[in-house]
Amino acid sequence: MSGIAEIWVYLSASPLLWLTATILAYLLALAISAKLGGTPIANSVLIAGLLIIALLQVTQTSYAQYFEGAQFVHFLLGPATVALAIPLYKNLEKVRRSLLPIGGALLAGSLTAMGSAVAIAMAFGAPADVVASIAPKSTSAPIAMELARNLGGIPSLAAVLVILTGILGAVIVTPLMNALKIKDYAARGFAVGVASHGIGTARAFQVSEVAGAFSGIAMALNGALTSILVLVWVLLSQA
Amino acid sequence: MTPKSDEGKAKPRITPATLLAGFAVLISCQLAGETLVSVARLLAPSFVFPGPVAGMLLLLAYLGWRRRLPAGLDAMATGLIGILSLLFVPSAVGIVQYGGLILEWGPPLLLALVISTLLTLLVTVGTYLALARLSNGEEP
Repeated sequence: MSGIAEIWVYLSASPLLWLTATILAYLLALAISAKLGGTPIANSVLIAGLLIIALLQVTQTSYAQYFEGAQFVHFLLGPATVALAIPLYKNLEKVRRSLLPIGGALLAGSLTAMGSAVAIAMAFGAPADVVASIAPKSTSAPIAMELARNLGGIPSLAAVLVILTGILGAVIVTPLMNALKIKDYAARGFAVGVASHGIGTARAFQVSEVAGAFSGIAMALNGALTSILVLVWVLLSQA
Repeated sequence: MTPKSDEGKAKPRITPATLLAGFAVLISCQLAGETLVSVARLLAPSFVFPGPVAGMLLLLAYLGWRRRLPAGLDAMATGLIGILSLLFVPSAVGIVQYGGLILEWGPPLLLALVISTLLTLLVTVGTYLALARLSNGEEP
């Protein structure tokens, strides 16, 4: 028995174990999702995340130790984000023809994302730092953490809210758009990109390349606009 | 290297070297994006923008200017985007660190997120469709 314990100690200290676990959990999540007929509730990020969290709890492994291995997967998020330029380039004509809807929907969506989250959190009596942390929840995590800090919020709480918003949007978008009988995949993708950043974009690519491309541009533009709106807000409140 | 587009050719030239060159383009753009954002932050310290997204916009501008998409870059990008969901798993697992925060504020915040996300999706898609109809109507 002590031999097995030694092997565990050796393996759990190596990044290979949690890198492998992350990829296997994701493949298992894909298989579960396919088994359930691809229902959006069976979101692959959600299932794989829950599987790994359960595994970490059972094996008493810290997140820091998990991330030693998972960082190699996490690192690829950078080049993958740059890669979103390629589907955008392939759909450049469609983007050029849609500048008016893109601009208008961006402004309306961005203001709704921030305004409604802040209003509801305030209605529940959340303290000022929690309200400040929920405001940038529709942008990607690095932007949201920085903006939350500028607004007097809690960056780590902002990061959690960003992830939850991403998963929520990815789960809701397909049934919602189908129920509304919306067949314009550019519009569907753009909406999920504004509401749910990269996780929404990953979902959009599972549905269609056009949706993915428009979700990618929405994510980029919403990050920029939210930063500007928060900057203006901070300057105005100081004045 | 032919100056014309590789798209639609019978045999796109995907070799280990062109795939690696595609990856090199992606990380070079990311590096350029990170550098650009760092320089912008020197000038305006409260400016926030992720380097990879800046890199994406740089690559889009470059592709739009050159009007040519190398097959290796296309294949590498398609592969990475195909596993985009996997790449968010480590961040999603990061939620475990904040169990206390979530338990403390969980139900009201979760409700706020659900309602706000629903509203954002509806307002964005509604505005998009209305303006798309308007701009299509203006065209002859």
